[in-house]
Amino acid sequence: MSESEKPVSLQSYFRLCGVVFLVVLCTTSAMIATSFAHIGDGWTLKVALILSIAVVNAFLVAGYLMHLLSEKKLVYTVLAFTVFFFIGLMGLTMWAMNDFPPGTAAH
Amino acid sequence: MEIPYTVQARPDTGLYNAKLGIWLFLASEVMLFGGLFSAYVLLRVGAEPGMWPHGWLNVTLGTINTLLLALSAITTLLAWAACKVRDFTKFKIFHACTILLALTFLGIKSYEYHDKLIHYEIKLNNGTFADGHLVEKSADFDLAKKTGTVTLHGHIVTDEKELMDLRSPEAKSAKHEEVTVAATDIKSMGNYGPRHNTFTAIYFTLTGLHALHIFGGTVVIFYFWGPGSRMWKTDPERFTNRIEVSGLFWHFVDLVWIFLFPVLYLT
Repeated sequence: MSESEKPVSLQSYFRLCGVVFLVVLCTTSAMIATSFAHIGDGWTLKVALILSIAVVNAFLVAGYLMHLLSEKKLVYTVLAFTVFFFIGLMGLTMWAMNDFPPGTAAH
Repeated sequence: MEIPYTVQARPDTGLYNAKLGIWLFLASEVMLFGGLFSAYVLLRVGAEPGMWPHGWLNVTLGTINTLLLALSAITTLLAWAACKVRDFTKFKIFHACTILLALTFLGIKSYEYHDKLIHYEIKLNNGTFADGHLVEKSADFDLAKKTGTVTLHGHIVTDEKELMDLRSPEAKSAKHEEVTVAATDIKSMGNYGPRHNTFTAIYFTLTGLHALHIFGGTVVIFYFWGPGSRMWKTDPERFTNRIEVSGLFWHFVDLVWIFLFPVLYLT
């Protein structure tokens, strides 16, 4: 049974939403603090850290607010295909960045 | 003709049709935004050293918008939960909150766009740059005819790179004051709109598409809050499913912002 088919108690959802909002508040603050902190010389480490925190934030929204932690198998199948194509899209982008045609300038 | 599986789950999929439909739609949306995010990666990595902007966007406003969207995602979920427990009054209250939060988000976004559109960078004939927010253009100002003056609240820099990192100590210590420039001294002039550089181009594209999604979602939520809520009296189960489906879309829009905010405002 998926989450949306279970009997619902408004009180339990209030508690869940309170916790989710608090965590979102904390993760957003952590991202901002990381952005302004002096970490490493360039932006690479900072970007990696900030995006990692964003992933935690996204997991909360997808997992609890969208009920993805207890969905039907078909939804997971659709999302598995989406993840595959999304990784392919980003992978092709990364690949293209280092694949300059011979004789062209690269910086 | 009765539409099948609007309430009951299909035996083969285990889902009612609208729910499977919204997940397939969201999958296509992931690829739409994914394409634009990959464009962002290409533009950023391909930018010349020191020419990718930092600190151009207002972090405070971005943070407020992040929290507004998070709150609206919560009120959307609570509206659905209220439908599930058959509390129509609470549903109305929570959905009204969602609409108000969404409109506030769009209001703040519009303010940010306006701020960029009145921010000008002027390349002067002597090779320096005047940069700042437009205060006024004289009545006879015409760049093509080289007449009149333009006044900005900002400063003059010798190298365009000085305008890129607004978090640098030099940028923070720069003194901003009113600068009046004659049209005869101007080589070129443009605001921080989409055509200013690749950053503003991808910023306006990504946030503009996201804002369109917010607007579309708000229209749908408003319909279910207002005229569409008549279905509650005739078929509350189906109405609850509609609220769940619109809620899934709204959460997706929140998810996109969760990545847009750090990518554009914080890095």
